[in-house]
Amino acid sequence: MKNKHKRWTFARKYCMLLKGLQLFYGGMILTKYRVLAGPEGYLPPAAACEGIALPDVGYALIEGREVPEQEALSAIVDKLLSAKRPFFFPGPNVLWEWKAGVAEKAAAVRKLADTAGARVIPMPDYRPKYPMINPAIEINPNHPNLTIWHNKIDVCVFVGVHCHYANMALKIIRGGTDCYTIAICGEAGHEDANITLRDAGIPQLEALTAMVAERRRLS
Amino acid sequence: MTKPMLKMTAAFADVMPAEYVELVQSGPFGKGYGVADLGSFKELIEEHPLCAGCGLALAVRLIMASLPSPEDTVVVGSTGCSSLAFPQIALQNIHSLFGNQNAVATGLKRALTLRFPDKHKDVLVVAGDGATADIGLDMVLHSWFRGEKLATIMLDNEAYANTGGQESGMSPEGCVLNMAPTGKKFKKIALPEIARESGCAYVASVTPVQPRKLEKAVRRAILVAREVGPTYVQIFVPCPTNYKFKPQETLVKAKQKEKDQTYPLREFITPEAQSYLAAIEGGGKRD
Repeated sequence: MKNKHKRWTFARKYCMLLKGLQLFYGGMILTKYRVLAGPEGYLPPAAACEGIALPDVGYALIEGREVPEQEALSAIVDKLLSAKRPFFFPGPNVLWEWKAGVAEKAAAVRKLADTAGARVIPMPDYRPKYPMINPAIEINPNHPNLTIWHNKIDVCVFVGVHCHYANMALKIIRGGTDCYTIAICGEAGHEDANITLRDAGIPQLEALTAMVAERRRLS
Repeated sequence: MTKPMLKMTAAFADVMPAEYVELVQSGPFGKGYGVADLGSFKELIEEHPLCAGCGLALAVRLIMASLPSPEDTVVVGSTGCSSLAFPQIALQNIHSLFGNQNAVATGLKRALTLRFPDKHKDVLVVAGDGATADIGLDMVLHSWFRGEKLATIMLDNEAYANTGGQESGMSPEGCVLNMAPTGKKFKKIALPEIARESGCAYVASVTPVQPRKLEKAVRRAILVAREVGPTYVQIFVPCPTNYKFKPQETLVKAKQKEKDQTYPLREFITPEAQSYLAAIEGGGKRD
C-alpha cells in the first residue's frame, strides 16, 4: 500500500513537471494542445488552460496557433467553401440595433453569409428556454449542440455573440460535436474556436466577402 | 435593456424566430399595458417549469404585467422556486447567490444611477420567503436601513418548496411539512411590520386572488422606490406541492386565508410616499 502510494505520488509529480515544461520553456509558451474540431468528450478543457493564448493585435488563431490575420481570413474562406452545411450564428450584438453602426455591420455579416451560401440561425438572447429551444430556427449558448446536431452543421461561424457566452458555447460544441468553429470577434478573440479573428469589423467582413466571391468566380 | 435594443437589424429580421418578432411588435415595451390588458399582448413570461397550480407562477405572471417600464427594469432574483421561472422572462435578470439579492441589487442600482443619471432604471428584487426572510434577511434589512431605492418583492409560499418542503421563517406556526413533521414551533415572521420600521416608504401584503390590487401594490412599490426610498411587497403564493392540496385549489386557499385573516392584507405608506403617489396617481395615469 505504501509503495503504491509512493508510485502514485511520483507519477503525479512527473506529470506536473512535464506539464510545467510543456507550458513554459525559455520564456516561451509551448503547448502541444491544438484546438481541433471535436468531439472532445464531456467537459473539454478550456483552451486557455491548455496554454493557448489570445492572438496579438493584427494576428489571429488557427487551431490555437497564432498566424497573421490574412492567413486566417484565407483559412476561413477555405472552410466555408469546402463545408457541406455551413451556418452563421449571429448573436445579439448584430441582431438588435442597440447602437449606431450595428445595422451596417449586420448587413456586412449577412452579405458574407449569403455570398458563402451559408444558412443563418440566430442567437437572439441567452435564456435557457423551457422546455427547450427549437433547434431548427434558433441556437442557444447553453446547449448549442442541439442546433448543430439537428441541422447536421459541419462548419459554423459565431459573430456578434457576447464573449462569455461565445466561450461557453464554443467549448460545448468542441466537446460534443464534430463541427468546425469560426469566431469573427470584434474584441480580443476566442481561443476556444478553431479559427478566431480579433478586432473584426466591417473591413474584415468585406474582405472575407470579396475573397469568397473571388474564389467562387474562379472555381 | 432600453427601447432601441428592442429593434431588430433589418439584415436578420427575416430569420428571427416568430417569438421575438411578436415580442417586438406586440410586447409590453413602452406601451403602458397592465394586468387588465393580459391576453391582448405578448407577455414577458409564457412558459415555465413550475408545478401545476403554482401560486408563485401566477404571481410572477401578474408582476411582469404590472411593471411600469419593463424596458427599463432589471430583475434580481435568488435561489428558490422563482429562480426556475426567472431565466425564462424576456427581461434582463440576475440570479444572485442565495440570500444576496438585495446586496447585488444595491450595487446594480447605484451603478445604473451613475450610468443613466437622467433616467429611471427600476431594479426589482423578487425572491422567495427563504431568500428574503431567512437566509438573506441580513442583506434585505441593511438595504432598507441604508435607504436603497429598491423595490423588494417576496413570493411567500411559506416553505422551502423546491428542496422537499422544509419550514421557513414565513411558515405559519404549527404547520406540518414533509421535512417539518412535528410542526413549526414559532410564529410567522411579521416582515411587513419589520419593513415599515426599517425605513421602507411603501409596504403592502397582497395575494394573486385580487390581480388589480396586486398590480397596484407592485406599481406603487416600483414608483415609490424611484423617488422616495425602499419599498416592500409581500405576495402570498400558496404551494400545492408542499401544502398538499389540488392544483385547482390554489386561489381558493389564498382567498380563504384572506377571509379568515390568517394572511392579513396590509398597506403602509409614509406621508412622503403618500404625497408622491397622490401627485402621480391624481390624474388616474399609470405612470
